Amino acid sequence: MFKIIRKEALNPTVTRMVVDAPLIARKAMPGQFVILRAGADSERIPLTVADYDRAAGTVTVIFQVVGAGTMELNDLPEGGCIHDFVGPLGTPSKLEGLKKVAVVGGGVGCAIAYPVAKRLHELGAEVHSIVGFRSKDLVILEDEFRAVSDKLVMMTDDGSYGDKGVVTAPLEQLIQAGEGYDEVIAIGPLVMMKFVSLTTKKYGVKTTVSMNPIMIDGTGMCGGCRLTVGGETKFACVDGPDFDGHLVDFDEAMKRGGTYREFEAHAREEYCNLLNKGVQ
Amino acid sequence: MAFQRNMDPHKCPMPSQDPAVRAHNFDEVALGYTYDMAVNEARRCLACKNKPCVTGCPVQIDIPAFIERVANEDMEGAYKVLSASSALPAVCGRVCPQENQCEGKCVRGIKGESVGIGRLERFVADWHREHSTESPEKPVSNGRKVAIIGAGPSGLTAAGDLARLGYQVTVFEALHLAGGVLVYGIPEFRLPKAIVQQEIDGLKAMGVDIQTNMVIGKVLTVDELMGEFGFEAVYIGTGAGLPRFMGIPGESLKGVYSANEYLTRVNLMKAYQPGSHTPLLHSHKVAVVGGGNVAMDAARCALRMGAETVYIVYRRSMNELPARAEEVEHAQEEGIIFKTLTNPVEVLGDEQGSVRGMRCVEMELGEPDASGRRRPVVKEGSEFELEVDTMIMAIGTSPNPLIRSTTPGLETNRHGCIVTDGDDGLTSRTGVYAGGDAVTGAATVILAMGAGKQAARAIDEYLRGKN
Repeated sequence: MFKIIRKEALNPTVTRMVVDAPLIARKAMPGQFVILRAGADSERIPLTVADYDRAAGTVTVIFQVVGAGTMELNDLPEGGCIHDFVGPLGTPSKLEGLKKVAVVGGGVGCAIAYPVAKRLHELGAEVHSIVGFRSKDLVILEDEFRAVSDKLVMMTDDGSYGDKGVVTAPLEQLIQAGEGYDEVIAIGPLVMMKFVSLTTKKYGVKTTVSMNPIMIDGTGMCGGCRLTVGGETKFACVDGPDFDGHLVDFDEAMKRGGTYREFEAHAREEYCNLLNKGVQ
Repeated sequence: MAFQRNMDPHKCPMPSQDPAVRAHNFDEVALGYTYDMAVNEARRCLACKNKPCVTGCPVQIDIPAFIERVANEDMEGAYKVLSASSALPAVCGRVCPQENQCEGKCVRGIKGESVGIGRLERFVADWHREHSTESPEKPVSNGRKVAIIGAGPSGLTAAGDLARLGYQVTVFEALHLAGGVLVYGIPEFRLPKAIVQQEIDGLKAMGVDIQTNMVIGKVLTVDELMGEFGFEAVYIGTGAGLPRFMGIPGESLKGVYSANEYLTRVNLMKAYQPGSHTPLLHSHKVAVVGGGNVAMDAARCALRMGAETVYIVYRRSMNELPARAEEVEHAQEEGIIFKTLTNPVEVLGDEQGSVRGMRCVEMELGEPDASGRRRPVVKEGSEFELEVDTMIMAIGTSPNPLIRSTTPGLETNRHGCIVTDGDDGLTSRTGVYAGGDAVTGAATVILAMGAGKQAARAIDEYLRGKN
C-alpha cells in the first residue's frame, strides 16, 4: 500500500497526487512512468512520473479524470492509500548534451512535459516551452513552466487565454524565425504529437515524442503496448515511451488506442451510476 | 500390506465437468478423485524396487512411498512424503505433463495404463488442505539473507527449501500478485487460484517474505540487493515472459493479442468475472496460433469468454502438438477446431484497423530437422483465407532482458537465456544462481521447480562454505 501524502486539483479534471514511494523516488528519471492500481480489484493503469523528491521519498503523478480507472483513483483521499504502485518503468528521456530545445505540451501531457523542461533547464539548456490547452480553466502548471523556460508560449483552442490556436502554429513560426533547435520534444494527445512531427519533419528538426498506448504489466511481458516505429515493432513500456516522432506510425497507434472504447464508455457510466447510488 | 492389490489394467477415470457445461464457465474442469477412487487407484501401484517413476520426476518425489500410504489410507503420511520433495503438490498434480514424466516410466504402463500418479498427488494435496489443521512449523532462523527474484514456481520452490534450512528469504515479484505463470498464465478452470494462494500462504507461514510490485532491474538491481541490502546470495527465477510475434504483416491490428496479454487480462486481471475493470474484446471467431499448453489455455479461455468458433492453428500435425495430452483432449471435447498443418502468412484488417481474417498456407511435413522433428514445408498454391475477428499468438516466449541488461558480468546466450554452470544453477557471478525458464527458455512448471530445488541446495552449500 502506498500512502497519498498530498492531493490537489490543478483544474476541474486534472489532479496531482504526491505518493510515498521511497524506492521509486530514489531511481525515477524524467520520461519514466509507474503502473498503479487504485484498489484491490482495479485495472492496472500507467501514469508518467511528473516529479520526484529523492530526499522526501515521494513520487508525484498528475492525471486527468477520463474514465472509471482514473475516477476511482481520484476518489482516494489525501492520507489514503493506493493499492499497488510500481516503477520506475520505461527508459528515461535522453536529455544530456542538448543546448536548445522546444518543449511542446498539450493538455494533461504538460504534466509530463514539465519535468522534461525542468530537467533540461537544470542541465543548462535553453528551453522554449509551447503549451496548449482547450480553454483557460484547463491551464495547468503555468508558473512551473515559466520558472524553467527561457520563452513560454501559451495557446488555447478557444483563445480564452494566451494566443488562440494549436501549438504547431507558434512552433513553426519559431523554427522559421531561425531558432535552430537541437530537438523538439512533444508530449500530449496522439493527434497533437503527430502534427508536431509532421511540422518539424519539413524543417528536418529532430523530434522526440512520448507515446501513451494501452498497457497492462508495463514490464515487457505482453506486448499490448506495441507500436510500429521505423517499420519495426517496439514495446513502448520497455523500448520507450520516448520515440523518434518522424518514425512513429501514429495512425496505427490512434486506431489501437481505441480498442476498448465501448468497454471504457460503459465502465465510466457504471462507475458514475455507482457513485450516484452512494450519494442517495 | 493390509490391502489387496488392484490389477485393473485401466486407470480409475477422474470425474470431470460435462464438456457442454464447462465450455461456458471458469470452474475447474477435472474434479479430482473421491477418497475411495484414490485408495483404489493407489492399490494399482506395484511398489517396485527400482522405482522407475521416481527417475521421471524432476523433483524426485518418493512416489511408491506416498502411494503406499494412500493405499493404506494414511493421507497425512502421504502428504508428508510429498511435501518433503515438492513445495507445490496441489499445483503439480494438476499441471505436470505426467505422460512424459513419472507416469511415462510406470511399469503398469507397459501392459495397460500407468498408475494415475498425478491424480493421486493432487488428491493428497487437496485432502491435506481440506482436513489438516496443523500450521507448518516455522524453522529456526540462521539470520542469513537470500533474495529470490520472481515468484513463479521456480522462485517459490527455492524460497520454500531455503526457508526450511533457516535462511531469511525475501522474494521480489514484479506483478501485484505472487505465483508467476500459475496466476497470470494457467487459467482458473485448470488451476484454481485459491489453491495457488494457499500454497503461497504456506510459504509465508514458514517466514518467507514476499514483496510484490518490485521490478528488479528497475527499482533495485542485483548489485544493490547484494550490496547495501545485505543479501548474501541471489536466485534469479524470472522466467521467460517476453512474447514472440511472427513478424507477418497486420500483427498490430486491433484484435491481435499475444497469449501472454490475453491470458493476463483473463486470469490475473479477472476479465472473465462480471464487473471486472480490465477490458477484453468480445470475440466471435478466434484463431490461436501455436500448439503448446499456452495455446490450449488461450483457446479454451476464448471459448469461455463467449466466442462461437475457436481454431487452433498449428503448422505441424496432431502428432507433434507439444501440449499436454489431457489438455488437447479436453479442448477437443469442448469443440475447439484443430487446423493443423496450417500457417498464417498475413493478418487482414478492415477500415477501422480491426482484424477481419487471416491469410494462411497449408503445410506438409518434410525431412526431420536438427531437432529431430519433421520440418513443415509450405504446400505450393495452397493459400486460403480464414475469417476471424481475433488472433492470439501463442508461438513461444523468451526471457525478459531486464535482469541481464542491468547486471554487469551476468553471462547469457544468444537466446537471452542466463548461462549456468552444471545442474546447481551457478551463473557467471559469484553468489548469483538462476533456474527455470530464465535459464532453459519456456519449459514446464515442474522443471522450473526442480531447478529451484537444486539451486537452493547449491546456495546452502555455497553459504556454508563461505562463513
